[in-house]
Amino acid sequence: MRKLSKILATAALALGLGAGSSFADEPLKVGFVYVGPVSDHGYSYQHDLARKAVEKHFGDKVETTFIENVPGGADAERAVERLARSGHELVFSTSFGFMNPTLKVAKRFPNVKFEHATGFKRAKNMATYNGRFYEARYVMGQIAATASETGTAGYIGAFPIPEVVRGMNAFMLGAQSVDPDFKVKVIWVNSWYDPGREADAAKALVDQGVDVILQHTDSPAPLQIAQERGVLAFGQASDNIEFAPTSQASALLNDWAPYYIDRIQAVMDGTWEATDTWGGIDSGMVKLAPLRNVSDEVKAVAEETIAKFESGEFEPFTGPVYKQDGTVFLEDGVEVTDEQLLGMNFFVKGFDASLPN
Amino acid sequence: MGALEPILLTIITASTPLLLAAMGELITERSGVLNLGVEGMMIVGAVMGFSITAMTGNPYMGVIASMFAGMMMALLFGFLTLNLMTNQVATGLALTILGLGLSGMLGEGFIGQPGIKLPVLHIPGLSEIPFLGTVLLSQDILVYISLALVAAVYYFLFKTRAGLVVRAVGDNHSSAHALGYSVLKVRYLAVLFGGACSGLAGGYLSLVYTPQWVEGMTAGRGWIALALVVFASWRPLRLLVGAYLFGAVSVLQFHAQAAGIGLPSQFMSALPYLATIVVLVIISRNLVVTRANTPACLGRPFSPDR
Amino acid sequence: MRLELEKRSEHSALMTILSPVLALVLTLIAGGILFAAMGYNPGEALYAFFLEPLTNQWSIEELLVKAGPLILIAVGLSVCFLSNNWNIGAEGQFTIGALTGSIIPILFHEYTGPMAMPLMVLMGALGGMAWASVPAFLKTRFGTNEILTSLMLVYIAQYLLDYLVRGPWRDPDGFNFPESRLFDDAHTLMTLGDGRLHLGIVFALVAVLAVWFMLSQTLKGFEIKVMGETPRAGRFAGFSHRGIVWFGFLISGACAGIAGMAEVSGSIGQLTPVISPGYGFTAIIVAFLGRLNPIGIVFAGLLLALSYIGGESAQVSIGLTDKITRVFQGMLLFFVLGCDTLILYRIRLIKTARKAGGAHGRA
Repeated sequence: MRKLSKILATAALALGLGAGSSFADEPLKVGFVYVGPVSDHGYSYQHDLARKAVEKHFGDKVETTFIENVPGGADAERAVERLARSGHELVFSTSFGFMNPTLKVAKRFPNVKFEHATGFKRAKNMATYNGRFYEARYVMGQIAATASETGTAGYIGAFPIPEVVRGMNAFMLGAQSVDPDFKVKVIWVNSWYDPGREADAAKALVDQGVDVILQHTDSPAPLQIAQERGVLAFGQASDNIEFAPTSQASALLNDWAPYYIDRIQAVMDGTWEATDTWGGIDSGMVKLAPLRNVSDEVKAVAEETIAKFESGEFEPFTGPVYKQDGTVFLEDGVEVTDEQLLGMNFFVKGFDASLPN
Repeated sequence: MGALEPILLTIITASTPLLLAAMGELITERSGVLNLGVEGMMIVGAVMGFSITAMTGNPYMGVIASMFAGMMMALLFGFLTLNLMTNQVATGLALTILGLGLSGMLGEGFIGQPGIKLPVLHIPGLSEIPFLGTVLLSQDILVYISLALVAAVYYFLFKTRAGLVVRAVGDNHSSAHALGYSVLKVRYLAVLFGGACSGLAGGYLSLVYTPQWVEGMTAGRGWIALALVVFASWRPLRLLVGAYLFGAVSVLQFHAQAAGIGLPSQFMSALPYLATIVVLVIISRNLVVTRANTPACLGRPFSPDR
Repeated sequence: MRLELEKRSEHSALMTILSPVLALVLTLIAGGILFAAMGYNPGEALYAFFLEPLTNQWSIEELLVKAGPLILIAVGLSVCFLSNNWNIGAEGQFTIGALTGSIIPILFHEYTGPMAMPLMVLMGALGGMAWASVPAFLKTRFGTNEILTSLMLVYIAQYLLDYLVRGPWRDPDGFNFPESRLFDDAHTLMTLGDGRLHLGIVFALVAVLAVWFMLSQTLKGFEIKVMGETPRAGRFAGFSHRGIVWFGFLISGACAGIAGMAEVSGSIGQLTPVISPGYGFTAIIVAFLGRLNPIGIVFAGLLLALSYIGGESAQVSIGLTDKITRVFQGMLLFFVLGCDTLILYRIRLIKTARKAGGAHGRA
């Protein structure tokens, strides 16, 4: 019985492959798996914008499919495998939680190519990609420290994971480059997405005397509070200037479209390889929304740094950098490695809050 | 303003949607109907409140729309559970699934738009009183409604004949029926009231708390409202205490975090739930009072045997 | 003219078979209208929902992977609900079962002996029971209402899981990402097919049979039903109220705990911050949709699982959005629940134009 089903499965696989090998005029099928709904106006929304850009760019040479609202768990592997089974030749799995499920499916479908966002495991047919979003956070730190009157910013984080901690540290380093005594208050809301709690957290921060609000959560709620209370804030994932017309200084933008278009082109050209891509401001994957509601002095500081990032010659995590407990993280002149960035789970010197370990 | 006032304002905002939704459910349950679909009614209320406000430019129209939307959802629930006598627990849960999907569909065109906030109603002379006026009397209409509801529901349930009928229907529908009261009519009205309040609670989220529409923005508040009804042992004054306790702990833990307390954030986030359990255990030791207030027919379908 | 429901003297055997069929027909019609109204081809959409998932082995196996935890949790809950105990916190018991079931694979991962797997199952069950015993204890000792306590414990369990996988239990080689190490083969539930189908579905079926036997053939089953329907009569018969509260909660906690352990060990292969798409809550629907009957629960669990798998299949094949899927699920459930009424009641058209409402009036 087991043998029979194995033969059947192999046959199905063979058939699937047959259908997959694209003829010149058949569209390339590209699949996407999203962690949230495409209408979250945040992380998944940005990936879906890029998917639409892909469709626009390639016209009928591609056919795209997506599965939304896959929070993780057992559903993730099924979603990825469903795309692999249904003739998709390239699958983008866009959330960290999909790493091991994607790897498992990649092993079973050697002829399908997989791209996993923000993870670190790769295979012959599985590439990884991520944005150096911390670069933008560094710029925000400089803006905040230059513009702030109280010398204190509030930072709303979703979860204490390296991705978020990295951004907080970069923000702090940017701020310290302007004002060495700059303070950052941190609140974790333990959710990527709960407008009410994000708003409560923003209010608590303003009540405690911060006059700049940063967020690494998905909804525009903190911006609305900043607008109400008249403090400066930075948007997340999308340019949300409508939500805070006189408060949003800038916003961190994820633009995945150039990368997706590149990778799909590579599959079409037969040049695709399982690479590890970290796109920064220089690659266009990470962007800052137009600077608004800040003085020309602040703008000048920010634009100078952005230009340095664009030239690709600047790394914010360059020694001397100290950890919160005073120990050395990077010796003088030493640049951080990608591995150190990937697993960052400590605050740099200057934070009052401790990071639970 | 002192340090305390803004914190209290934040707590009021965090507690009001819970109080509104729970107050509706309290009446529904008092009549003997368990509607677990609060989350679903709330989210449809949120999307309708937002979209009608966006279309008319008038947030008061939005408030009415959110109430109406909650009632429509409740009507569906009422038809199924009261007329067709379907299982209330399963129907309520299905209503939540439906509401989450439906609101997503209805709200698709309104994503990424800032909403119009429900204005604060200044009461001339009173809103300027230090503290009391600046905190309690400088609120929007939904906060006033939520507080007025506490008094109104208390008065209704315990001081009026109609309230007595509602309680009688919830405690012993057969006797109430034998006495000549229409069990079905009472329950329908109670279910609709519950829907209206849940809808308003949703409207509060998308019109005051965070004037925007995003999918799933209720984020489980309907479930908390359900738990609070039990916390209150179906009594309106205690419900007020419960809703504000929950709201206060959720807000204060953020303040503790911002002040740099060194506890794991997960523990801080779990505090409101822990606090609710602990307080309930302490106050529920008076079994006689609790039993006397628990609707005996909760969740049981009624059909007059002929 | 108006519709009236009249209670049947006994369950209608005909309707027991006909009602699901009628519900299906109504769902197909209403679903077709919904899909057409949203601009999809109704035939394609319904095919993707109900038939495509059944057309290949992989999909059927995935269907069973999805149905397994739903059935297992729901069967446990049915015992609790029958005894009139409102455990709505199965999701929390599931989470804790997953946690305790992961102690060996995470903290004692060197231990790969033959007893590892049985121990993991046992620990999963004990974890679920421990979490369920909190509401049971508070109810029997202080009279605290179990709806609130069991529900609040869901959130607390999730924060505990979150704390552990982001903190002490995270993979030491995982760049501090919030995931545990991958489980060793010895800590992974045996698979049954080519894909992910694992022993969890067998656990579910064993539980179904055991509960069915207990409810229909043993005194304990009689006791549960009596205490659920007429506790006063039960007390006269000498049954213990406290005993039945504990029994209901422990059985449902054990089932949910094993389901959690099986999900982590069988379907996911590691502990992650998200391990359940709300199985514990969906299982409440499954329990009542199956009329608290173990056999009915099997069908209800399969139906719910099909609606999820079908929804995903429709997203891929015709681009049906997740939102429409949920509306459709809600409709499906309403039709099934509504048609169920026909088993217990007879619908009659009554031609009384102006019968005074009076004492027997109905809204």
